[in-house]
Amino acid sequence: MEKGINEAVLSRSGLTGGDALRLKEYAKSGKSLCQGVVLDAVNYALATSEVNASMGLIVATPTAGSSGVLPGCLLAAGRHLENSRQQMVSALFNAGGIGYVIANNATISGAAGGCQAEIGAAAAMAASAVVELAGGSPEQSAHAAAIALKNLLGLVCDPVAGLVEVPCVKRNSMGAAASIVAADMALAGITSVIPCDEVIEAMYKIGTMLPSCLRETSLAGLATTPTGQELNRKINNKDKK
Amino acid sequence: MRYNSIFDIIGPIMVGPSSSHTAGAARIGKTARDIFGRQPTNAEITLYGSFAQTYRGHGTDLALVGGILNLHADDEDMVNSFQLARDRGVEIIFKIVPEESDYHPNTARVRLSDSEGSLEAVGISLGGGKITMTEIEGFKISLSGDSPTLLVFHHDRYGAVARVAQALACKEINIGHMEVARKSRGDQALMVIETDQDLTNEIIEDVKQIDHVYSVALLTP
Repeated sequence: MEKGINEAVLSRSGLTGGDALRLKEYAKSGKSLCQGVVLDAVNYALATSEVNASMGLIVATPTAGSSGVLPGCLLAAGRHLENSRQQMVSALFNAGGIGYVIANNATISGAAGGCQAEIGAAAAMAASAVVELAGGSPEQSAHAAAIALKNLLGLVCDPVAGLVEVPCVKRNSMGAAASIVAADMALAGITSVIPCDEVIEAMYKIGTMLPSCLRETSLAGLATTPTGQELNRKINNKDKK
Repeated sequence: MRYNSIFDIIGPIMVGPSSSHTAGAARIGKTARDIFGRQPTNAEITLYGSFAQTYRGHGTDLALVGGILNLHADDEDMVNSFQLARDRGVEIIFKIVPEESDYHPNTARVRLSDSEGSLEAVGISLGGGKITMTEIEGFKISLSGDSPTLLVFHHDRYGAVARVAQALACKEINIGHMEVARKSRGDQALMVIETDQDLTNEIIEDVKQIDHVYSVALLTP
């Protein structure tokens, strides 16, 4: 993540990279509308995802494609709240617990459940962890996870040229923003009308109903837009050389 | 339960971009190399299903070669593995089978060889960096590589399994999971033994001395 923020990390295809650095410079200008924890979380998530796309070193949380959301939120919130390392580790277990429930009762695979299973799961994990960092209750953690996941239900997996880059990198940053907002809502005492377990079940059922062209096969969605197809042609031709 | 631990969710630590197509592929390559027991001079890699469709974009090819060169899934040298192979004199050939087949979507067949011998292994990537080796030298097996694993190639004769188990028992090694596969009755056979304790070279040497055993390989997670 540090790498992605401090230098422009370009992917091998050249489709992504450098945006985390761009956002960091913009934040410095003081003109940002969501300056603070949200912008930091977005920036760190972007940086981690860019490093992932460049075959750099990351931790899958829960997957490599969604590896930006959780570290982005944990570090941004943890720094702001001045949490200890021990508190951060404990929050990481909290996130892991939510991910464990989602993975065993639904899915965390984009090929099986679409992007809602990857960024959706990561956002639920991150929202729950941030609530703990802010001193919220386990119940509030579950509400935050439910609110974050509900927002991403139905999200399809439609990567351009089959790469974990477009739209994956930016979806990590948007997932991070949603997680921080969901955590704040839960901390304010707002509850999810649909309980967390039922949201997870709904996510799984939606995933099984998604046609395979929208589950990591690049046969529909953004992948088959005119620009998506043009990029696919360019990248595949470049590879053939 | 498909996921048994929080560390299956937070993890693995790996080079990107895909846990199934990069980290899993690296582990398949490394497992094949560990069974082979040394660095090969030639590697022939066949990709099926989704591996065949998307291997370039996910660095599946780089990861398989990296694994064959003994790189772990978190080695940042992975991106340079083709150059490493050239530097170390390892010739790599890729074969792509994009057609629909009976194979699992993420399947790789790896054939390693040098002047002394060869080894063929098939592995599938299950997602999240988890793998199963489904075939070794034509033996149909199931091997996760998550525990220390002893592979004992032997002739299918009475007493072979008992003597190997006895050798492990003498060293206070407990067997967590075991399977035996054979080509046909009385023919070549393979024991796959997953243990709870780490295995030492001394134990390997003991097992090699047992009648009807002709080759032993050790996998450490």
